[in-house]
Amino acid sequence: MRALLLRDLMLAIRAGGGFGLGLAFFLIVTVLVPFGVGPQTELLSRIAPGILWIGALLACLLSLDRILALDWEDGSLDLLATAPLPMEGIVTIKALAHWITTGLPLVLAAPVLGVLLSLPIPAYQWVVISLAVGTPALSVIGTFGAALTVGLKRGGLLMSLLVLPLYVPTLIFGAEVARRGAEGLTVQTPLLLLAGISFGVIALLPFASAAVLRINLR
Amino acid sequence: MVLTVRDLAVTRGGLAILEGVSFDLKAGEALVLRGPNGIGKTTLLRSVAGLQPPEGGTVTGAEDQIAYAAHSDGLKAMLSVTENLKFWASVFGLSDIESALVAFDLTELRNRMAGTLSAGQKRRLGLARLMVTGRPIWVLDEPTVSLDAASVALFAEAVRAHLQQGGSALMATHIDLGLDEARVLDLTPFKAAPRTRQMDEAFL
Amino acid sequence: MSLWEYANPVKFIRTTDKVLPWVWTLAGLCLVTGLVWGFFFTPNDFRQGSTVKIIYIHVPSALMAINAWLMMLVASLIWIVRRHHVSALAARAAAPVGAVMTVIALATGAFWGQPMWGTWWAWDPRLTSFLILFLFYLGYMALWEAIENDDTAADLTSILCLVGSVFAILSRYAVNFWNQGLHQGATLSLDKEENISDVFWFPLLVCMAGFVLLFIALVFLRTQTEIRARRTRALLSREGQA
Repeated sequence: MRALLLRDLMLAIRAGGGFGLGLAFFLIVTVLVPFGVGPQTELLSRIAPGILWIGALLACLLSLDRILALDWEDGSLDLLATAPLPMEGIVTIKALAHWITTGLPLVLAAPVLGVLLSLPIPAYQWVVISLAVGTPALSVIGTFGAALTVGLKRGGLLMSLLVLPLYVPTLIFGAEVARRGAEGLTVQTPLLLLAGISFGVIALLPFASAAVLRINLR
Repeated sequence: MVLTVRDLAVTRGGLAILEGVSFDLKAGEALVLRGPNGIGKTTLLRSVAGLQPPEGGTVTGAEDQIAYAAHSDGLKAMLSVTENLKFWASVFGLSDIESALVAFDLTELRNRMAGTLSAGQKRRLGLARLMVTGRPIWVLDEPTVSLDAASVALFAEAVRAHLQQGGSALMATHIDLGLDEARVLDLTPFKAAPRTRQMDEAFL
Repeated sequence: MSLWEYANPVKFIRTTDKVLPWVWTLAGLCLVTGLVWGFFFTPNDFRQGSTVKIIYIHVPSALMAINAWLMMLVASLIWIVRRHHVSALAARAAAPVGAVMTVIALATGAFWGQPMWGTWWAWDPRLTSFLILFLFYLGYMALWEAIENDDTAADLTSILCLVGSVFAILSRYAVNFWNQGLHQGATLSLDKEENISDVFWFPLLVCMAGFVLLFIALVFLRTQTEIRARRTRALLSREGQA
């Protein structure tokens, strides 16, 4: 298991793409928003928490097809399936590797990009905390989507269609934490619900992803 | 007796292709599957390896015993030869890769990125992976594709060594490996009568 | 005689062929009766005027939008557990019907909302949940279309339906939490005092029965079509092999 994680991380670093693309995409989305809605500081600071969440979510989505498709193409997935690792473990490790290479950098970059959107000062900590709690759920749900579409030639668009509705609850609670934090309200309830979703999907969804992957491999 | 296959029936794309395949594979034995293209060698091997549930029949003794090698080698272009092998060794809970490097004449290439290897060199690396799994039953699908004569000899030698250590090998191949101890199983007599899968029968 | 006998495709087609004309007739009767009764023989609401009559399409279609998904969920579970082909195909057949019901509910809701709330669309929890439900239908249908192997498609869509159901419920609560909304609460529960009056209730009940029957008829018909398409593929592949 650890070997698989290390290999995925090493591949992400060596092949470039992994870390860089998601972050660059996050930056571009954040830069484009003021062009779209206008440069008024008060407007931007009001929508900043939501924009950061949506940007992070899209950046996450962008890199999902790398989770399993590459291993599928070169046959590694077949070989891993015959290895003494449970399929549930494989998909969990894959999701973890995706989070470390995509989710974690997004969490760390969010406060920097917050400056561009004049994010209110009290919101910084809550944006970071909500992203840190919520992005693992995005990776795990995304792995499920990637497993569903792994055998398809042009599965990317279909995967977005399948994964985005599944992202709705995470996005709502995550953005709610950030928004309430920005307005100085209490964030306990949405934060607990967000954590609940994250823990729930981490505990349960790998079973569905593994089942789907087994079906796709046969 | 390590591997027993009884009355195996397999399908591909909704069509029954083989049925009633039975054979035993004992320790130290090699079995070569023969038959024309499309007879179902790959499908049979995938069923034996547990990747594809068979339509009927049983495979016993395969659980956690099989090292499977197919057309694609599962190599990562951005990892070196050593790193690729080390990864598969640790997945199977082992660490020694030196003997595999030596057996397939990869020691001089050990620090090259797998992406820069030629097709034949990649194939050798893919086969060397078998040796670091520590699994007794090798299930090989066309193992000699893109290998030159010298490499085929290396491969035959590796298989022979594996058999002598009590391992066994089940492979689909067209060329003669020069393995005298290998039995040959022609799959042509097991070709399924034209019919669709049982699942689809209900619709007719 | 067990229920599972109808899981045989041939038997299913034979039985539904006998039942279908009756279901169509009943559905037509109920819909015509309910709609004519509702549109022409009920008084206007004292606050909402004649726009209230859209309820006879809006509520039944919303009901079926949710129940179609529930039916797909049950059919998917049956496929996963017992592997009856008709079940998987029925789930596939129900999806477009459910999606259309969702669109009808959303559209009639918009027509109703415009005069009532002064807006075609509001990010109200109920409206938003229906929009999300529609997205789930789209994804489900797209996955069916994308996969060539029938059984693989059935397996994958069943699991998607299961996982999707959990997330649909989560979304429902999340959306409720996110925005309290304009939409009135359920006015049709049987135990409430402030229920709508019987004058509106009876024609509505007939309309709902009509929509249920219409749904059943459409799903039967579409399942028959799916079975026949599947049979054609099985025959063709047998021909190709011989």
